[in-house]
Amino acid sequence: MVDISQTYSASRRLDGAAGARPKRRISASRIMTYGILCVICFYYILPLWVMMMTSLKGMPEVRMGNIFAPPVEITFEPWVKAWSQACTGLNCDGLSRGFWNSVKITIPSVLISIVVASVNGYALVNWKFKGSEIFFGILLFGAFIPYQVMIYPIVIILREIGLMGDVWGLVLVHTIFGMPILTLLFRNYFASLPEELFKAARVDGAGFWGIFFQVLVPMSLPIFTVAMILQVTGIWNDFLFGVIYTKPEAYPMTVQLNNIVNSVQGVKEYNVNMAATLITGLVPLTIYLLSGKLFVRGIAAGAVKG
Amino acid sequence: MSVIDPVAPRAAGRPKKLIANPMAKIAALPMIMTALVIFIGCSVWTVVHSFTKSKLLPSSQFVGFDQYERLWSTRRWLASVENIAIYGLVALVFSLVVGFVIAVLLDQKVRAEGAFRTIILFPYSLSFIVTGLVWQWILNPDFGIQYIVRGWGFENFTFDPLHNPDTVLAALLMAGLWQGTGLVAVILLAALRGVDEDIWKASRVDGVPAWKTYIWVVIPILRPAFVTATVLIATGIVKLYDLVVALTNGGPGIASEMPAKYVYDAMFGKQNLGQGFAASTMMLLSVLLILIPWAIFEFRGKKRG
Amino acid sequence: MKTSIMRGLLAGVATFVMPFAAGATDLEVTHWWTSGGEANAVQELAKAFESTTGHHWVDGAIAGSGNTARPVIISRIIGGDPMAATQLNHGKQAQELIEAGLMLDLTDIAEEGKWAEIVQPKSLLDACTVDGKVYCVPLNIHSIQWMWTSNAAFEKAGIDPVNNWEELKAAAPKLREAGILPLAMGEQGWQEAYLVHNLLSGTSEDLYYAVYRDKDEDALNSDGVKAVFNELAAAREMSAGGNVQDWNLATAKVINGEAAAQVMGDWAQGEFALAGKKAGQDYNCLIAMGGEPSIATGGDAFYFPLNKDPEITAAQKDLAKVLISPESQVAFNLKKGSLPVRGDVDLAAAGPCMQKGLETLAAGKVITGTDQLITPDAVGQIQDLMAEFFGSDMTPEDAHAAFVEIILNDE
Repeated sequence: MVDISQTYSASRRLDGAAGARPKRRISASRIMTYGILCVICFYYILPLWVMMMTSLKGMPEVRMGNIFAPPVEITFEPWVKAWSQACTGLNCDGLSRGFWNSVKITIPSVLISIVVASVNGYALVNWKFKGSEIFFGILLFGAFIPYQVMIYPIVIILREIGLMGDVWGLVLVHTIFGMPILTLLFRNYFASLPEELFKAARVDGAGFWGIFFQVLVPMSLPIFTVAMILQVTGIWNDFLFGVIYTKPEAYPMTVQLNNIVNSVQGVKEYNVNMAATLITGLVPLTIYLLSGKLFVRGIAAGAVKG
Repeated sequence: MSVIDPVAPRAAGRPKKLIANPMAKIAALPMIMTALVIFIGCSVWTVVHSFTKSKLLPSSQFVGFDQYERLWSTRRWLASVENIAIYGLVALVFSLVVGFVIAVLLDQKVRAEGAFRTIILFPYSLSFIVTGLVWQWILNPDFGIQYIVRGWGFENFTFDPLHNPDTVLAALLMAGLWQGTGLVAVILLAALRGVDEDIWKASRVDGVPAWKTYIWVVIPILRPAFVTATVLIATGIVKLYDLVVALTNGGPGIASEMPAKYVYDAMFGKQNLGQGFAASTMMLLSVLLILIPWAIFEFRGKKRG
Repeated sequence: MKTSIMRGLLAGVATFVMPFAAGATDLEVTHWWTSGGEANAVQELAKAFESTTGHHWVDGAIAGSGNTARPVIISRIIGGDPMAATQLNHGKQAQELIEAGLMLDLTDIAEEGKWAEIVQPKSLLDACTVDGKVYCVPLNIHSIQWMWTSNAAFEKAGIDPVNNWEELKAAAPKLREAGILPLAMGEQGWQEAYLVHNLLSGTSEDLYYAVYRDKDEDALNSDGVKAVFNELAAAREMSAGGNVQDWNLATAKVINGEAAAQVMGDWAQGEFALAGKKAGQDYNCLIAMGGEPSIATGGDAFYFPLNKDPEITAAQKDLAKVLISPESQVAFNLKKGSLPVRGDVDLAAAGPCMQKGLETLAAGKVITGTDQLITPDAVGQIQDLMAEFFGSDMTPEDAHAAFVEIILNDE
């Protein structure tokens, strides 16, 4: 168990590395550190490299070639094709068809699931009621249930509440399945905040929502960033729920990605497949890059304290 | 339950009237509903239907333990259980160890830390639908690593893990760790940043080597972060499906089958819901078997402390 | 300009010729035909449907074979918000949905259109019929009993192209010597299971029915069935070292002459055609793997989930009529490479391999497909067994015993 005051003060140096020894000189161990890191990065970059290179080659070059070699002749055609020409069934407008659907699904799903989970975390930490921990335990157990098992029961629930086939039904599903991990993160984060803040606000007469919005939320930017990243990544890449709980006109981008990649007949256009994956991954990736340090800080606060 | 339950010691100090606040209960309603209706309700529904003859549609024709008898006499299921045990254990240990090592290295005031961090994290953002294909290529003897190394003059070099039942799990691990370790490393890195500076000063004064300090002092402090990471990794392992389908589709033979895939194929390929439910009940049961003793242990330990 | 006139003309003709209901309705159609050739074939159906009825075809394609699409289709149907029409394999797959009253009864238009007379072979319509009522439209026939061989591969090995399975086995050592894979086989259970079905139907039609339809224990333990498992061991031997997963990559090996033969369904000819290869010249298609020609009547069918909206119901029936009309049958099947479900259409444009299939069909040499004889559960278990058999050193005896167990326990 970490002493709360200690960890809280420690968060001040979250922005900078401290590590074991702050000596600054070029030594054998320094070289080794960079060496190992570079080897590790090589392992992480290799598949990305192959994807990038392949997506910039024409099909003849892909077929004969060394998968690691850069393209002899760079072409952006696979990217254009993946975005706007690749066919899925009768519709030949590539990933662009599902892009806005994905946006329309992701934004409300991310927002609502974060709102719900943050309120859960807040209630669990500051307004404990009888059995609240048990519900939380069940929620965590839920994180381990394979999604496939839940497909039919959820179909029936959605049918009964009239949301089957509706984008809001899908939003509900994402909210439910994002809840366990997000609640865990928010709960741990709120628990790490000094209790005095909460008490002072109580004395000032603030109520449940007042404390939440005026005291906690403004202090919780890092953890909201983390939650957003996890949810955007998960929901943006979701295929199973998107295809089951909506209709063709609302299908997310991953359905087109799957259709482009998994067509079994004919020549597989590897370059278009790779370009399509990279395009689909751009949105979560951009969010990683933009959020930068906030992400690490949020993770530190949400996953680590306690 | 140090991570899961950081609140317990504080609750005692709270004024009693807060406990009765109705707003909190209303606000927690979505969570309560989800826990009861979805996670408990659907689990119970699944367990009940695992005793039926449900085929394409859920039915209520009960057949006792028939589905379980068949399950445990099916070689594919037995292989799946064995595979996930091996994969799960190795993946868990490797993710934590490799993740920790990366975190420690990144915590050495390295230059371009942000770039390194982004690089190890980006696989997490990509869908496995295609990344499985890339790994297939890299591991393929005809144009992947083997081809390249032979091209360097090592004519006898053999590297074909995907088509050998004994090594296919290693191939899965290569791709699985590639996707998941980054997040673990970032979690642990964040936690390392939370370790008090004084600990390092003290250990330096005492002349304790850095690696010893890490193992005996830092890791115990990071315990909560390790628990969070373990929960994240473990949920991923239990649900392991996409990667297997994309990379090996269970092959060669049944050498890389996994329980979640068995469930999916039974329910939607074989149109035998009962069998799929029986398999998922076994999965739920094993999760409970691991979670409950751990929860009890944690909870008791705290009360005594 | 020209096309719009044509379209107008066509529509005009259609309104005179076909008594279709007026009023345009959007019909959502789900299927898993997403590759180039398949999509072109579906395009024919959509065109025919839109031009003759004035309704609108909303395409809901989901790639990745039935295993990806099926949960989607079934969820949508039991979720009470179904698509208007969906592809499913006919046979036992949809039976429960029909029994649950979730599917549209097409008996009236089937009688009106005299489907009982035009659908050939009749077993296709039987597969759509439950309790005397028709619930689906058979669309095409895909047969799995084909062996595709590469002339270039045999030439390289310095031997004559083989004409059947036995000759392939005899030629295998020489092919190996020449560095050619005797048998290309995708390492997926469903592909390997075709070999079981084909070897059984190739042994004798009686044995095939005794095993799959009658589930006769004596027949299952007969030498004939045991011999099939020894043949499978030989196939395992011949395909060792192929290291391919997808069927079309295995076909590619035959096309390139890296492999001598592949056992695969009639859809493989699309791959040869795409690669610009000519039947007889570059490759051969051996029906029934070179044995007595016969065709198993598997294939695709369209089902129409029940809908409360009467306008949609009317449009669904219009679609059903279009699907079975001679024009659509010809246009669709030529693109798809499959055989039409009616014998009264002219397929002069079909290639030599398809002609062989048509002849066999016309001669009435048909056997009922396994999808209609055993449950998807048993089909899946046989696939698992074959995946294990081909991916390990399991003995033919063990595999045979497991096979008998699967069939006997299938209800």
